[in-house]
Amino acid sequence: MFMSDPRLLRALKTLSKIKRVYLVLSNKGGVGKSTIATLIAFYASSRGVPSGLLDLDFVNPSTHVILGLRVEDIKYIEEKGVIPHRIGLLSYFTIVAYTRDLPLALSGENARNALRELLSIVNWDNLELLLIDTPPGISDEQLELIYALRGVIKPLLITTPSRLAWHSVSKLIELLRGAGYEELYLVENMGNGELRYLVEKQGVKYLGYVPYIKQIEDSIGDLNKLLQLNVRANIDELVSKLLV
Amino acid sequence: MSLVHEWALAESIILYIKQQGYVNIKKLRVCIGVLQSIDKEILNYALRELAEEYGVKLDKVELVDEYPLLKCNVCGFMWSINPSEISDDVREAIHFIPEAIYAYYKCPRCGSLDYSIVKGRGISEISVDVHE
Repeated sequence: MFMSDPRLLRALKTLSKIKRVYLVLSNKGGVGKSTIATLIAFYASSRGVPSGLLDLDFVNPSTHVILGLRVEDIKYIEEKGVIPHRIGLLSYFTIVAYTRDLPLALSGENARNALRELLSIVNWDNLELLLIDTPPGISDEQLELIYALRGVIKPLLITTPSRLAWHSVSKLIELLRGAGYEELYLVENMGNGELRYLVEKQGVKYLGYVPYIKQIEDSIGDLNKLLQLNVRANIDELVSKLLV
Repeated sequence: MSLVHEWALAESIILYIKQQGYVNIKKLRVCIGVLQSIDKEILNYALRELAEEYGVKLDKVELVDEYPLLKCNVCGFMWSINPSEISDDVREAIHFIPEAIYAYYKCPRCGSLDYSIVKGRGISEISVDVHE
């Protein structure tokens, strides 16, 4: 694919080496996108699968909080680029290591530049699975990823069964179809499977549901507690389907 | 020589040159934003190593500094930042992701976070002279 920005060429080269790259998307905020992305990546790594989690929410990054990492704990290694932080078999990258988790307000062009820079310098070696967590909505960051990384990424949509969330995600499905994506995946969060029919009717692969996690607040930031969540079977099933 | 972050920047440039169809280059000229504090010696080394790896003949490399200019989108004030006056940890953050600057700096006149890096951000201009 012809690229106008050199950084995108290296980003494509690096991401192409990973077997499965899922772009985690939701038009609506508060559907649990970061939590699900983090749990999938972390659970996969705990099963012995070399996995990655890239937090591209520059304005409101939260995956490091879920993983219980203090900013000063996040360490990258410089070697022909930047090697992500490691937690066992999980490779993890977030911008907070550079911003010290201070408020960061980026306009569209700045977000685009930060995204390109980051994608081009991070080396994701020998991964089976990479989850890219994005901010809610469809703005410059998501558009960039959707169009520039076609052929490398697969969209993974997260929604709740709420009618408002479904209304939003339906538009996202339409947008992704228009961008040429035929294979779309969806996870129903805080649900019980009621969306399956609607999702499959749209030709989207329904991966499963995750019920509302009562103990999630108490588990955030504690890797042992995260591994003992009562939705482990649901997340493990998602991991298996994403690895197919 | 340690192969650091500059290697990734160099690889992007070489991939770009190849994509444009240039494989026999008399001179490669790259403008480098001073804000990103790129080590020119390492970048030059990485460019030459990677050119060889990717089958690009590269005679001369010219790396040109571009000094930072920032402009406030609220009050219109324009100013510059000298990276040597920035603390080491912040300079390192900006080195990797120049937009990290928005976590640390505001417009010196009105305090707005809504400002643009007009120039001098990072690698901007890439041009080549080719052998006939």
